[in-house]
Amino acid sequence: MVEQNVIIKTVNLNCFYGDQQVLRDINLDVYRNEILGIIGPANSGKTTFLRAMNRLNSRYLHYRQTGEIIFENQNQQDIADTLLRQKIGIIFAMPQVLPVTIYENVAYGPMVHGVRDKHRIEQLVEESLKKAFVWEELKDRLRSPAVKLSGGQQQRLCIARTLAIEPDVILYDEPCSGLDPISTAKMEDTMALLAQSYTQILVTNNTKQASRVSHRCAFFLMGEMVEVNQTQKLFTYPDDQRTDDYITGKFG
Amino acid sequence: MNAAGIRQKIAFTILGLITLLVVAPIVLIIYYVISRGWSAMSWEFLTAAPRNGMKEGGIFPAIVGTVLLIVGTMLFSLPVGILSAVYLVEYAKDNLFTRLIKLSVVNLSGIPSIVYGLFGFTLFVVFLGFGTSILAGSLTLAIMSLPVIITATKEALEAVPMTYREISLSLGATRWQTVRYCVLPYAIPGILTGTVLSLSRAAGETAPILFTVAAFYLPRLPRSVFDQVMALPYHLYVISTQVPNMPAKLSFATGLVLIGLVCLMNLVSIVLRAHYRKKKQW
Repeated sequence: MVEQNVIIKTVNLNCFYGDQQVLRDINLDVYRNEILGIIGPANSGKTTFLRAMNRLNSRYLHYRQTGEIIFENQNQQDIADTLLRQKIGIIFAMPQVLPVTIYENVAYGPMVHGVRDKHRIEQLVEESLKKAFVWEELKDRLRSPAVKLSGGQQQRLCIARTLAIEPDVILYDEPCSGLDPISTAKMEDTMALLAQSYTQILVTNNTKQASRVSHRCAFFLMGEMVEVNQTQKLFTYPDDQRTDDYITGKFG
Repeated sequence: MNAAGIRQKIAFTILGLITLLVVAPIVLIIYYVISRGWSAMSWEFLTAAPRNGMKEGGIFPAIVGTVLLIVGTMLFSLPVGILSAVYLVEYAKDNLFTRLIKLSVVNLSGIPSIVYGLFGFTLFVVFLGFGTSILAGSLTLAIMSLPVIITATKEALEAVPMTYREISLSLGATRWQTVRYCVLPYAIPGILTGTVLSLSRAAGETAPILFTVAAFYLPRLPRSVFDQVMALPYHLYVISTQVPNMPAKLSFATGLVLIGLVCLMNLVSIVLRAHYRKKKQW
């Protein structure tokens, strides 16, 4: 891979909560338009890594990090929170919708970024819902409360909400952990189609999901990145014995 | 019915009876005040000034005075109380300074109201030269109301789920946008409740207005914020203790008006709250 295809690069990234170190010297490149899976048992630092990408960890008291995160050849620290989070959106573990209408959920992002033109917002809402493949299901009830939707629909609404701010990167923090198999399958199809235009990082507890969806996959264990490889390679001939033990179910 | 079922029935019956005990004083007080004071209630009582050593006529100036004091208190305490609570919950870092502020808010609510009265007299009436006036009285009542407003607002803000803030910030909103669109709208019902509670307490206080605004007998309406006014609680105190041969029904009727005023405020807050709940469901 040539350097310009790297969209995010971490250099010796260390993350701490107080005295406790949760990530150790992570050096990981994320390539443009790939789906990077991150697998590993609980407390391996996957979510912390993900939230470090758009600096959401800084909300936590006593959080600090060392090392560098380079986003689009720019040090992440030099990018304002609002711009960074507009470029790097996130989908949380449990579907988290605002207690307003479906339309307002999607329109919120563009609104805070200063889009005032009603037609433009309407257009963005429609486009985003279409890209997240929920337009057909929801187009007739845009004005009804989002909390009344099913979990799967809510989660795809969350994707649409993130797409509406026109990001380059989408982070997923165990996006299917609360969903049934059919909704999960729809989510995975959505991710595969979004890969044409977006870079996606998928943190998941479900190794099978990572093997189905991701192009490359990283294995995190107790704050260290054990290995990163093409997904097919990682799940058939992993370089590290610990990866092999994890994916074959010897622990985790 | 088995033994556990019977025990549950006994337990709930006791709980129910004790809850009834809470309601009883309120009902009794209201009943007592109405039964003793209703006969003195008339249009003239509500709209005329007191006459003949306050033994006749009405209490109109006192009603106007109390309403003005409530409005004045609200003007000062609402912005300061709500904005400082927003700052404390949404912006302030957890450091020594913030903890000191929080501690003083808690302690402020423990100060007896007469001390507020003395403080208001010294600061507003004498030092700042407002004189005994609506301005000085409102400011004193406002300071007294602050702790309850701040505490209620803080609790209402903290009750708004963290996830709303997280969603908003993750979409690239600024912290102010997050507060403005994803926190405050959902906290308003709770803020209203606490605010009205503290304002209705302020409406009924005698001690803080004793030295700062209340007039013993002033049968005309105020012309500016630097005028003294009569106020219902102080008027009630005066006619019950300082005027010999006062017909008791007049005192009770005055009390009834004060209760009615407070109930009216509560009613307004209930209506507003219902309105906001309907708009923002969560």
